[in-house]
Amino acid sequence: MTQLAWLIPVFPLVGFLVISLGNKILPKQFSGVFASLTVLASFILSLAIFLQSPETGETVFVFDWIKSGGLSIPVSFLIDHISLTMLLIVTGVGFLIHVYSIGYMKEDEGYSRFFSYLNLFVFFMLLLVMGSNYIVMFAGWEGVGLCSYLLIGFWFKNTEYNNAANKAFIMNRIGDLGFLLGIILIYVTFGSVSFDDVFSAAKTLPDNQPVITAITLLLFVGAMGKSAQIPLYTWLPDAMAGPTPVSALIHAATMVTAGIYMVVRSNILYSISPFTLEVVSIIGMATALFAATIAMVQTDIKKVLAYSTVSQLGYMFVALGVGAYSTALFHVTTHAFFKALLFLAAGSVIHAMSGEQDVRKMGGLRKKLPITFAVFAIGTMAISGVPPFAGFFSKDEILARAWTQSPVLFFFLAVTSVLTAIYMFRVFFLTFYGTFRGTHDQEHHLHESPPSMTIPLVVLAILSTVGGFLGLPTVFSEHHFFGDFLKSSLSTPGTMLQSEASHTFEWTLIGVSIITLAGIIFWAFNHFVKKHRIPAIQETEFKPVAKLLYNKYYIDEIYQSTFVKPLYSISNFFWKIVDNSIVDGLVNGVSKSVVWAGQTIRLVQTGNVGFYIFAMVFGIIAMLLYNLVF
Amino acid sequence: MLTTLIFFPLLAAIAVLMSGENAKKIALIAAIIEFGLSVFMTLGFDPAAGTQYFQEFWWVPSLGIHYSVGLDGISLLLVLLTTFLVPIIVLSSFKHNNKNPGLFYALILSMQMALVGVFSAQDGFLFYIFWELALIPIYLICLMWGGNDRIRITLKFFIYTLFGSLLMLAALIWLWMKTPAPHSFDIQALYSLNLSATEQSWIFWAFFLAFAIKMPVFPFHTWQPDTYTDSPTPGTMLLSGIMLKMGVYGVLRWLLPIVPSGVHEWGNTAMILSVISVVYASGIALVQKDFKRLIAYSSIAHVGLISAGVFSLTMQGIQGGVIQMLSHGINVVGLFFIAEIILDRMKTRNLSELGGIRLVAPAFATYFIIILLASVALPLTNGFIGEFLLLNGVFQYSTWMAAVAGLTIILGAVYMLTAYQKISLGVTNHHTEKFVDLSQSEKWVLIPLVVMIFWIGLYPGYFMGLAEPSIKTLRDVIHSSHGISLLSH
Repeated sequence: MTQLAWLIPVFPLVGFLVISLGNKILPKQFSGVFASLTVLASFILSLAIFLQSPETGETVFVFDWIKSGGLSIPVSFLIDHISLTMLLIVTGVGFLIHVYSIGYMKEDEGYSRFFSYLNLFVFFMLLLVMGSNYIVMFAGWEGVGLCSYLLIGFWFKNTEYNNAANKAFIMNRIGDLGFLLGIILIYVTFGSVSFDDVFSAAKTLPDNQPVITAITLLLFVGAMGKSAQIPLYTWLPDAMAGPTPVSALIHAATMVTAGIYMVVRSNILYSISPFTLEVVSIIGMATALFAATIAMVQTDIKKVLAYSTVSQLGYMFVALGVGAYSTALFHVTTHAFFKALLFLAAGSVIHAMSGEQDVRKMGGLRKKLPITFAVFAIGTMAISGVPPFAGFFSKDEILARAWTQSPVLFFFLAVTSVLTAIYMFRVFFLTFYGTFRGTHDQEHHLHESPPSMTIPLVVLAILSTVGGFLGLPTVFSEHHFFGDFLKSSLSTPGTMLQSEASHTFEWTLIGVSIITLAGIIFWAFNHFVKKHRIPAIQETEFKPVAKLLYNKYYIDEIYQSTFVKPLYSISNFFWKIVDNSIVDGLVNGVSKSVVWAGQTIRLVQTGNVGFYIFAMVFGIIAMLLYNLVF
Repeated sequence: MLTTLIFFPLLAAIAVLMSGENAKKIALIAAIIEFGLSVFMTLGFDPAAGTQYFQEFWWVPSLGIHYSVGLDGISLLLVLLTTFLVPIIVLSSFKHNNKNPGLFYALILSMQMALVGVFSAQDGFLFYIFWELALIPIYLICLMWGGNDRIRITLKFFIYTLFGSLLMLAALIWLWMKTPAPHSFDIQALYSLNLSATEQSWIFWAFFLAFAIKMPVFPFHTWQPDTYTDSPTPGTMLLSGIMLKMGVYGVLRWLLPIVPSGVHEWGNTAMILSVISVVYASGIALVQKDFKRLIAYSSIAHVGLISAGVFSLTMQGIQGGVIQMLSHGINVVGLFFIAEIILDRMKTRNLSELGGIRLVAPAFATYFIIILLASVALPLTNGFIGEFLLLNGVFQYSTWMAAVAGLTIILGAVYMLTAYQKISLGVTNHHTEKFVDLSQSEKWVLIPLVVMIFWIGLYPGYFMGLAEPSIKTLRDVIHSSHGISLLSH
């Protein structure tokens, strides 16, 4: 069965080709259904392979791609427990989002184009997670970046959306350069880029090799770009310009977790590089907290979710940084469930609100959108870590792991956790409780979404409710299904044994989080529903701190003036001064001086024979004198 | 057979010259026959068997000049590139009713003769003759069918490149005098010369200047943007798609193996200039308003990377250089054709006057973005294979140079996507709303290019396999006869 794994990415590729080449002949409805079916086929095949569950990794060779001297790069796929986990997430959640899009994109003139891009995305994402060497992974990596670019700028008439698309692609490319240099360094160091060769060679290496530190840091630069970590995170909030299913699939559930996946995949390299792990956890922690503070005051429902994604990705990097690789993947999984759920539910809200995304104009929607309300509530509880929803278990595990590593990490993550609950319940109450604050037209138009949208929502809501039981903490159960499943594919970090937190600590953590969450929910309900504290419409009414947060610490403006503008100034300087005046000026100067010399020498040729003879005689005398003197 | 391949275009050129109205059709048919012939020769080519289709006879015996031609893997790929691109270039100009079409197409075909000759010459003097012969048709094409400022610009181009060629001629004559009497220009004789380090340095610079001007590499590039922009687009395609490869090919065939100690001494300087080209030209491309000029600068950046890879002398660097020569030829011709379509319909290439074309011309926009993505080296396109191998090669030579040259990955995306946005995205203006989508013949220009983009991107093995043994031989020549140590891998 595993040998058929090459078909998994082929299905959506066929979907992309059929839909994009046949869009003139095929009926419009066909593309949505066909696209969904291809992803379903991939999901079923992945599930079949998963159920057989090969104990060790198996490599499926497809064809030789690049061969140059000692460098050999086949297209081949590695099926082990890490890639299987990702396969199920990508195809499973991907399928649900495809189905959802059938309803969501119904009215759009680019319906078929949308599904062809979505299929292409799934293809590249599968390439990314299945590749058995770094270059195939990189191909998928850049490919998903392309699809992200195409889908952010899907409504390409809008200049702002196009700018957001460009920003996403370019920021990702900054990371990609790091990734590519890291891959080349891997090749130079190990003489191969295939996971098998590299990791088996790395197993024998001692800790703290400078070259391994360099490799892991370069790879991490790539992860920063793709997974939106400081300083390369600013593209992700802007990426919300794309249609909402895109935000759910690409910019929350799957693509942005590629950085996590890559580090998990390279866990052997990271484990022997404690310095890089420290960098990873510090960046992750900073990003988690930083993005959470911004999310506190945003009023665009998708922006809040976008910053929460950045923040949750930070969590995952902290997990990686403390060597808890399976925990990170566990959070990737639960996050995929509840964040896809939240985004799609938000999409359902936006759909009902005729495109309105500002929570200040919503309110009281629970009566008109009962299903959306219920699933959004589940999503909110899951991300806030309310037991027993999915986010509780994975977040709890990260907190516990962080505690064993460093109380400082734990403290900041706990603060972030509190902030997460606050901003999520803020959005939840503002949207679904209180009175409606939009226009009459919007109110008149309010409706629950069609089944093709609500069914995926319900499925995701169920997953967000029970998904956490895949990894119960040791106080509840001897078996950590998720951790055990991944164990065979992961290394045990040499320097940091995966120490378990004590049971007392676990119980305390659970108790404290329940009490804190109850307090937050009570406060938020009181503040936003009872007291009607709606965020101000005018920015001028904000307090200074809120204003700073609302403007996202002005990071975009800072980047603009420190990087973008200077780049263009330097380029203009190169062009107008260096190129046109100096370099070309020199060239023209040489030619002018030749002309000048020619004209000057021409004067000597007077045609007067007497002058010539005089000159000749003078020359001979000069030569003779020269010989005499020297 | 190779001689036929070289001179068939010349015969065709004469036919075209006399054919009057049917010039374009005859030229196209001739170019396609030529392509077929080269494909046939490729099928009979054995990569492992060294130089093939070898033909030699005395030309000027008293001076030791042979007419001697042959193909190894590297030559073959460049010949294929030439014969593949010329029909496309001819077809790309079908819409235009140039004045005096007979002469126009005859010049293109005679240029093809010279180009195939350059890539197959096995004798220094013959190489030089073909090299100069290639210059004349392109000079005339630019001069007679160019833009408003063509006289000044083509003169500069002509003198600049001629200056380089004369240096090369001087170097060749010097080498000839060094060969044992009776002297010879034969390439093998030149390979086995024993030159002092000083001589090697001098000859290195004479050759390097000639080739660096042709490519061009910073700071010898200032003729290029003007010439590319002002030439008629088929001329620009010939220059950028094929002719600049003469420079890189020259380095591979005539510079590295003949003066390896010179390369040892000065290769680092060449690398630095190449890497500067990459970043410098990318930066300038960023602020261009004329799309054609933007492509011209981006071409300097791409060629800079090729040159850096070749001078790294690593297997991956050279192989990447060879593959990237093909890819760059395909992509740059595609991009210039896109620019030509825009100019033809809109009478402007100014980016700020365009926009929204994707709305009215979806097919155009699709081909455009595929070629554009290939040019920014997206994996699974041809650009990635070359760029990855090149950066790999440069990295093995110097980490820092690779990091700096790697900036092209970022900057290339910036200027290309910005240009794409300004041309294709957004809403139409009163200009662009009348943009007509691709015609059938335009599609026939773009389809072969796109096929090659994916062929090389997905299965480069075929092309790399053709060249690999020749590159090994080349590295052996550099290595063995002069004891220059090469990086492993």
